[in-house]
Amino acid sequence: MRKLLSAYRLLIAAALTVVSAVAHAQLSIEITGAGASRFPVAIPVFENEGTLPRGVTDVVRADLERSGLFSLVDMGLAAFPVTAAPDMASVRGRGADAVLTGSIYQQGDGRFEVRFRLFDTQKQTELGGLSLRMAPAQNRAIGHKIADFVYEKLTGQPGYFSTRIAYVVKSGPTAAPRYELQIADADGMNAAAALASREPIISPAWAPDGQRLAYVSFEAKKPVVYVHTLATGQRQVVANFKGSNSAPAWAPDGQRLAVVLTKDGQSQLYVLNADGSGVRRLATSPGIDTEPAWSPDGEWIYFTSDRGGSPQIYRTSSSGGSAQRVSFEGSYNVTPRPSADGTSLAFITRNSGRFQVAIMDLATRQTTILTDSARDESPSFAPNGRMILYATDSGGRGVLAAVSSDGRVKQRLSVQAADVREPSWGPQSR
Amino acid sequence: MKKVLVPVLLSTLLAACSSTGTFDQPAGGAAVDERSQGAGSGVATVTAPSASGSGIAALTDPKNILSKRSVMFDFDSYVIRDEARPLVEAHAKFLVQNPTMKMLIQGNADERGSREYNLALGQKRADAVRKALTLLGAKETQIESVSLGEEKPRCAEATEDCFAQNRRGDMLYSGEF
Repeated sequence: MRKLLSAYRLLIAAALTVVSAVAHAQLSIEITGAGASRFPVAIPVFENEGTLPRGVTDVVRADLERSGLFSLVDMGLAAFPVTAAPDMASVRGRGADAVLTGSIYQQGDGRFEVRFRLFDTQKQTELGGLSLRMAPAQNRAIGHKIADFVYEKLTGQPGYFSTRIAYVVKSGPTAAPRYELQIADADGMNAAAALASREPIISPAWAPDGQRLAYVSFEAKKPVVYVHTLATGQRQVVANFKGSNSAPAWAPDGQRLAVVLTKDGQSQLYVLNADGSGVRRLATSPGIDTEPAWSPDGEWIYFTSDRGGSPQIYRTSSSGGSAQRVSFEGSYNVTPRPSADGTSLAFITRNSGRFQVAIMDLATRQTTILTDSARDESPSFAPNGRMILYATDSGGRGVLAAVSSDGRVKQRLSVQAADVREPSWGPQSR
Repeated sequence: MKKVLVPVLLSTLLAACSSTGTFDQPAGGAAVDERSQGAGSGVATVTAPSASGSGIAALTDPKNILSKRSVMFDFDSYVIRDEARPLVEAHAKFLVQNPTMKMLIQGNADERGSREYNLALGQKRADAVRKALTLLGAKETQIESVSLGEEKPRCAEATEDCFAQNRRGDMLYSGEF
């Protein structure tokens, strides 16, 4: 039997103090800003949810709440079976514009079936439903899938709750630091180290398949680019030329990488195959070219260059050719990262000595600064373009933060007693 | 007087001279010395191997200028200061006299701004040291210049003094990297 805590209180507890059951230092997420008008939704417990060892609806609630786009309406302990039409007038009376009904069915093989339906209580219509099968331990993954479903039905955009993030955690004494490249679910849970090293790790980049990461490791006392298959731990050196090798960026086809090499002089852009073969120079510039990022259609490569005297964002055709300057305001604009739909560009701008996350509408070239912090780095879009994950500083310690592309929703993700940096949001799961 | 040259802390050095330092390696597998299954998330944990540590005793004698390995740079500058000339000349002479000896120059940058852009700035400092050494007779094939960017600060505070200590190029010899 469930404890006599209201579902809403469980949600708050889950959202504000995400507690780890695993030995690894876990990311905890704190919501520091929410959307102006949040959509009121009721996610009552599912019928027979108590037959699961761990709940599903609390995961759904935490996901939706954390997105900053929804407010949760407490329905107490009453379950809304999937087999019965909900009393929509009564749900509306409590203030919810949508309600999720659901039931859990135990299968003979020890698995469970989760059936759920989403209703619009204003229009008094069903928005759709699904039936999912799960092993008892899959409660979080199933919760994220359901949250994705609700999010997409109510916002029209795909959810990002089933995605993963990568980031680097630096811990231990200054004289002997430990670096871990960690992979976690988008809610910070289920963190696991893909790589542990005594030397720095930077610039993790997800392959479009979500199964591999490229990154720069300094374990050879110099920057070398690796491609790492997460499931097996298999690593391949893809760029270890004389000089520095850095800033890997996957082409949308997952077959090629743009990298920065210094084998022919100062930092310049090259493209190579994902196995390290076929290296060719992409551009030749009189200054530093670095931080490449492909446009989602594969046509363009955005990058940072100081060819004009100060670091600014440029783009060049991915087949080579001349570069066009993209950023013009200010004297320091770096780390361009296009959204998955190709309409906007997240980057870091220096604004009165403070490094802040900015977003540019690529059609109008209008730029908006989204944060008010001072040491922001490494912006990374959620696959649906709605949130931007980045690294920043809180009380002298590295933390991750996320801001919505309209600047309203803000979250902070931190690990106790460690520096977190270099976040990269993985692709939509397939 | 302003302290411009700070010796690099080297790990315990053995007398043996190793023959590490193959520079131009394209693709190849990396050694991995530990694998364990991560916390049930389909992610396997790999532990990166540590670098070796062995060198030549003469290079670590604190009375010898060759034990000093750092070339400091001004803010936003990639030009070797006059006061660093004797140090660079001593190392160039050593490389000329020991043509089988190889050197890794690690450039560094202070922590402000983008990590990858700072990596490129550190590279410019390493390249400045490399060019000075080769102009003084060292062979291009003896020297590799790389960057650690802002990743290995000697001083970790966000002060001007600290930033200055982190704008430098460090010279490491075969076996020390």
